[in-house]
Amino acid sequence: MKSLGERIYDVTIVGGGPAGLAAALGARKAGAENILIIDREKEAGGILNQCIHSGFGLHYFSQELTGPEYAERFIYDVLSENIDILTDAYVLNISPELHLEVISALHGHQDLISRTVVLAMGCRERTRGAIRTPGFRPAGVMTAGLAQKMVNMMGVLPGKRIAILGSGDIGLIMARRLILEGCEVVGVYEVQPYSNGLTRNRVQCLDDFDIPLQLSSTVAFIHGRNRLEKLTMAPVDAQLMPDLEHSWEIDCDTLLLSIGLIPENELSLRLRLHMDPATGGPRVTSTLETSFPGIFACGNVLHVHDLVDFVSEESFRAGQFATELAMGKRRPGDNIALQAGNNISSCVPQSISPDRKQTIYLRVMRPVENCTLTIGDRYAKKFRRLVPSEMLRLTLTPDILERYFGENLRIDVHPREKM
Amino acid sequence: MLEKKHLTCIGCPMGCPLELTVIDGELRDISGNSCPRGLDYAQQEFSDPRRMVSTTVACPSGLWPRLPVKTTEAIPKDRVMDVVRKLHTMEIEAPVKAGQILLHNVAGTGIAVAATRSLPRKDGAGTETFC
Repeated sequence: MKSLGERIYDVTIVGGGPAGLAAALGARKAGAENILIIDREKEAGGILNQCIHSGFGLHYFSQELTGPEYAERFIYDVLSENIDILTDAYVLNISPELHLEVISALHGHQDLISRTVVLAMGCRERTRGAIRTPGFRPAGVMTAGLAQKMVNMMGVLPGKRIAILGSGDIGLIMARRLILEGCEVVGVYEVQPYSNGLTRNRVQCLDDFDIPLQLSSTVAFIHGRNRLEKLTMAPVDAQLMPDLEHSWEIDCDTLLLSIGLIPENELSLRLRLHMDPATGGPRVTSTLETSFPGIFACGNVLHVHDLVDFVSEESFRAGQFATELAMGKRRPGDNIALQAGNNISSCVPQSISPDRKQTIYLRVMRPVENCTLTIGDRYAKKFRRLVPSEMLRLTLTPDILERYFGENLRIDVHPREKM
Repeated sequence: MLEKKHLTCIGCPMGCPLELTVIDGELRDISGNSCPRGLDYAQQEFSDPRRMVSTTVACPSGLWPRLPVKTTEAIPKDRVMDVVRKLHTMEIEAPVKAGQILLHNVAGTGIAVAATRSLPRKDGAGTETFC
């Protein structure tokens, strides 16, 4: 890979995690010749490399793999396809002409030209600042994903007596992980009245080890000058405000935060892409193209997924669509805008076209049982239970859409009337 | 003696609360499930609960100092901590290939432990097995 700046790439992919790797394979499948993946870490694979637990691949490979195994399958395929991966590298900027300003350990600073770009930067964790927890700023307060990297890759324990705020999947996984590493986990505390992780994780990570999960509670104050010493915990009211009258204290030296993920969109914002406040990612068409022609987005930078399998599937298509455009094929634009209606927090893509099968991803706002999901008056499906922590993936066939005349197609979830 | 046990089914996102009726150590009834998967899960959890174990072992010569590993099959749930403690005493020499068996019979369970990633040496040797 010596002549990085000398050739024009068909598809350049920013990020070598599960999204970027799948996008590269999709691009190759669609016939792209020159494909480049750029990643800031020293190896590709992204967050999968630190997710050493199993549970990945049930949809995509029909078997249960650990994160590193899932990543390695993709890396193997990408390398077998002679797709270039540039590691230890950063994309500083993307110009409107699709020139990428790249800085890397191998080549220093250089510009490269690409016909299309796929954004696959993933997401990052929300930190203490995002929830404005009062108190001191001692060592020992960190995100659950950072602790995961420390324990699983760097071989460093974050502390001895651990409290976890937030019942997101990473927090649940880390609760078990730290028990296996000999730490004490005092409890998992969730501000919402329901758990935010997959049921499987709650059962196998908490119940198996008798770790208490306390709902409707939060950290009200962080104590300790140098190292975290204790936390003041409090139940929350209906507005999620802490009720200090009923607070209690817990002794611990570490607080892990598993309080949500934010798509990492610095490059997207510099490009002034149209963003969707509901997902935190760019708005995309049914070909996963952003508001900037030639720039596509997939995976967690587009919207935070809970299953990597869906990331791979979505990103593979993004790579295919990017390649189509790089080869000069521009599909007709979408003519139906999807609109999040009752109890729908987000939907991706934001618009669709009736000319082919469409895959859409939805999330509900609140947990609901025995409900019907409707898409306009064209589609209705019954569900026993929908929860915000489990994204819904639907396939719409052209026959549902081809007779639809209108600009907005509303998606609603309503409780079903009991007979 | 009559005993009630409570489990949450993990067969699907529904997460049905299962109630097991146990009389004199024998499973007599399962309720709360919405589908047959709940019955299978409850029976398995009652008679022989098993878990896949994934953890890391030391690999000081590797690109990263920890190598992720897993049991090749689910092990009895009450042996999980024994397996983890045994693996904490191990040290592996890089390079390692994904799938490589590191131990054939961990903590007397009869089940093997395999590396879940390829890990080149930190000095770069063995890199061709991976990136």
